[in-house]
Amino acid sequence: MLLSAEMNPPDQLNQALLAEHRPVLFRYALLQMQDNELADDAVQETLLAAWQSSTHFDGKSGLRTWLIGILKHKIADHWRRSAREVVTNEFDQLDSDEDEADIDAFFMSNGHWNGGPSTWNDPEAALKQQEFWAIYETCHSNLPPKMAKVFMLRELVGLEAEEVCQETGISDANYWVTMHRARLRLRECLEIRWFNPSKTKKEHRHA
Amino acid sequence: MRSCRDITALVSRGLDKKLDLSERLAIGLHMMMCSGCRNFQSQSQFIRKAGQRYTEQLQKRLDGKS
Repeated sequence: MLLSAEMNPPDQLNQALLAEHRPVLFRYALLQMQDNELADDAVQETLLAAWQSSTHFDGKSGLRTWLIGILKHKIADHWRRSAREVVTNEFDQLDSDEDEADIDAFFMSNGHWNGGPSTWNDPEAALKQQEFWAIYETCHSNLPPKMAKVFMLRELVGLEAEEVCQETGISDANYWVTMHRARLRLRECLEIRWFNPSKTKKEHRHA
Repeated sequence: MRSCRDITALVSRGLDKKLDLSERLAIGLHMMMCSGCRNFQSQSQFIRKAGQRYTEQLQKRLDGKS
């Protein structure tokens, strides 16, 4: 009994467990690399490296955080090898004060809507249209860089809130504020550019 | 009564975390009389769904290109 247990690789890092994180890692890589095959390769290499160096996993940071750390290296390696200058989506700068203060524009001083959300007609249908996704991208890239990253890690990659805080180095409190603002801004942008374009003239704060 | 600014902050938080009973009650009460916040709530859920679909359709789009 004892012997066979010792001969197994560390329990916490069996392949099935690693593979569970593949979808999240793939989304992360795809968003950075914008190429299906390259993203797939990077994830493959990451899982292999993780498997080979599983003894280095100290369990402190959480498996997924550790894997993303490896993945980041693999992506950086790729850019170095490909020797072309790439605008990586590293958004480590802080957002400006203007970006921070903008929530005030959505509400009046008493906290009530300043021209609030209108009703959207059949949003589900939008998901099937190519043009909608172009608008979605525009609205996402209109967010201040740090906010865009926080939102992307949570909603597009699918990390948990605590993992997003770890990845971006923001506090818990800051996370909630950032996500609230991101949703307000994205909502408004989608409304103006897609769902209710007649609003454009009146309100075009962030679109 | 809580303002729309506070209610939307709660709704946003509620997408990531279970709110306590008093918070959920405050949202429920507010929603009965505020269409702006009702729209914010359903649209935030829609935006979440769009985010989940985004990489899927990006993958398809990239496939089409190559």
